[in-house]
Amino acid sequence: MGIIVKIKKKFKFLFKLFSRKDRMKIGIYGPPNAGKTTLANRILRDWTGDVMGSVSDVPHETRRARLREGVKIEVDGKSVTIDIVDTPGLATKIDFHEFLKFGLSEEEAKRRAKEATEGVIEAIKWLDDLDGVLMVLDATEDPYTQVNVTIVGNIEARGLPLLIVANKIDLPNASPARIKAAFPQHPVVPISALKGLNIDTLYREIAERFG
Amino acid sequence: MEGVQLNLISKDRLDKMGSMEKIRMILDEVKRGKIIVLESGLTPEEEAKLIELTMLEIDHEKFVGIEVESYPQKTKGFFSKIFGGSGGRLTVIGPANRLKTIQKSDEFIEALVSLEK
Repeated sequence: MGIIVKIKKKFKFLFKLFSRKDRMKIGIYGPPNAGKTTLANRILRDWTGDVMGSVSDVPHETRRARLREGVKIEVDGKSVTIDIVDTPGLATKIDFHEFLKFGLSEEEAKRRAKEATEGVIEAIKWLDDLDGVLMVLDATEDPYTQVNVTIVGNIEARGLPLLIVANKIDLPNASPARIKAAFPQHPVVPISALKGLNIDTLYREIAERFG
Repeated sequence: MEGVQLNLISKDRLDKMGSMEKIRMILDEVKRGKIIVLESGLTPEEEAKLIELTMLEIDHEKFVGIEVESYPQKTKGFFSKIFGGSGGRLTVIGPANRLKTIQKSDEFIEALVSLEK
């Protein structure tokens, strides 16, 4: 890596401190089936009356990043306008056999797997064009996965503000405390994107951190 | 003797290698069915690059991806952010169909290596 590029990367977090944009581009990241698109849909429905994309129990439903510009969020007299990027779920392995269990044909499953691999690459590329990240984790799952560690490490290395969303707290075995213990250096907001539980607290945090 | 080959790579050796050299070596060995243990691990950027290249090489038949396990990075201070510090911590990488993580916490990783491909 060239010395100039290295220096630019090292000082990027300092540069960001002094050059806040009027409108921040916020990426929604996380592993497959954590509820990223459900959250994007919730935010858009609440503030624009629109939706981002379809959701499904089959992993890797979102296989292309989707951008929605100019979403205005107003909480307690404070307002923030953000561009939202809903990204495909990150994974280190994609086996088409997993999709067969959901009733897909072999041809469909292979096509989905191929598109999912492209989606993972696209999600990683987007990291360089963002001003902040909402990381969505399934609160019923173990947060200590390598994908989660890698996402957090990359966000920290780029100096991006990060808000961790502990999703699916409406489920009986959800444990947002486990997520807080795994990533104590970052704020964690427990919500249910599907049911809208504690969503106002999330909007307050978004306005606070990305405003 | 039937078994799984484990390659334990020292920090000294890793320090002499460039990022792409490390990633290429890891992917080539993992695709041959080996388990790689890195004493000093990878930086977050190298891990992201490893995932990217893995996605490009998945063929949906013989190679479906990798299993990677490492401990979370220690939180960096102001000066280490500017001047750089050590890379990642101890990391285990293997083919997804051979290496399975059983349990993982901040200070402990338990994994299972299967003999069958």
